[in-house]
Amino acid sequence: MNFHLRQSEKGFESFMYRIAVMGDKDSIYGFAALGLEIYPTEDPDTAVDTLKKLAHNDYAVIYITEALAAKIPDEIEKYRDRITPAIILIPGIFGNTGMGINNVKRAVEKAVGSDILN
Amino acid sequence: MAVLSVNPTRMELTNLKRKLVTALRGHKLLKDKRDELMRQFLELVRENNALRIEVENAINEANKHMAIARSVMQNEVIDVALMMPKQELQLEIEQRNVMSVMIPSFNTKLRTSDENDIYSYGYAFTSCDLDDAIKSLSDVFPKILRLAEVEKSCQLMAIEIEKTRRRVNALEHVMIPGYQETIKYITMKLDENERSTTTRLMKVKDMMLAEAHGYER
Repeated sequence: MNFHLRQSEKGFESFMYRIAVMGDKDSIYGFAALGLEIYPTEDPDTAVDTLKKLAHNDYAVIYITEALAAKIPDEIEKYRDRITPAIILIPGIFGNTGMGINNVKRAVEKAVGSDILN
Repeated sequence: MAVLSVNPTRMELTNLKRKLVTALRGHKLLKDKRDELMRQFLELVRENNALRIEVENAINEANKHMAIARSVMQNEVIDVALMMPKQELQLEIEQRNVMSVMIPSFNTKLRTSDENDIYSYGYAFTSCDLDDAIKSLSDVFPKILRLAEVEKSCQLMAIEIEKTRRRVNALEHVMIPGYQETIKYITMKLDENERSTTTRLMKVKDMMLAEAHGYER
């Protein structure tokens, strides 16, 4: 696991992480007001680059719109078994594609063997 | 079940017996781990599901407000309004150990003390729909954060459960039967050797007696 507590002057203590939001500009602009950092992009290549950069810096949570996530599923899959970053899908302004809830179902299927929710 | 390829010796037998004991104990422990993980996972995943539905609805709601705000305001005005956010959010992570799975738990810290201090613009040139959009996002934000925590935990636990289940199955259906079969095979082989030694000795004794006394028994 790549998670570690950073060393500061006082010895080992918890480190402050940040939260990023990725997706098309219209969907994520509102999050900026909440104090999250926004990285507007719609292009898959830029998104992959940004995601890599964010994951290797101190971003613990990366919210990403379903529309953008659908374009780079492999990249997102890479971070699935790491404790940081947590990549969480959110619906964009084009509506809910059901991809987020499907991810939950997939986790259940992986663990239990069949989808027992609902 | 296939017998392992080992020499049928007493030493192998002792080793195998020891391995079998370890395997059985490991199997029991892993099974307990799997059951407990599963119980916690199911609790968590139900929360995850409920949270996700709630959060998605709330974000959709916020997006609707945003769409209205966009339609009544010029893009540039919105951009300027949201250009310099007042809040800055930082996250502290603690790790919790659930059955050897490290799962994160988040603590947030805001830059300004007032968590309602979210509007980064004066109200003069912006539509109230923008306020609504931001307000509804801000209201649901603790849940969005909790969703991140729960969903990540679920993912990590799902991976661990799968691994543990594979190990349990491998022990239960491959390793342990293999050991048992091999132990049985070696025991039988050793017994067989012993019997053949006994008969051989008896035969030799007979032959020697016949030679010494000149009679057949």
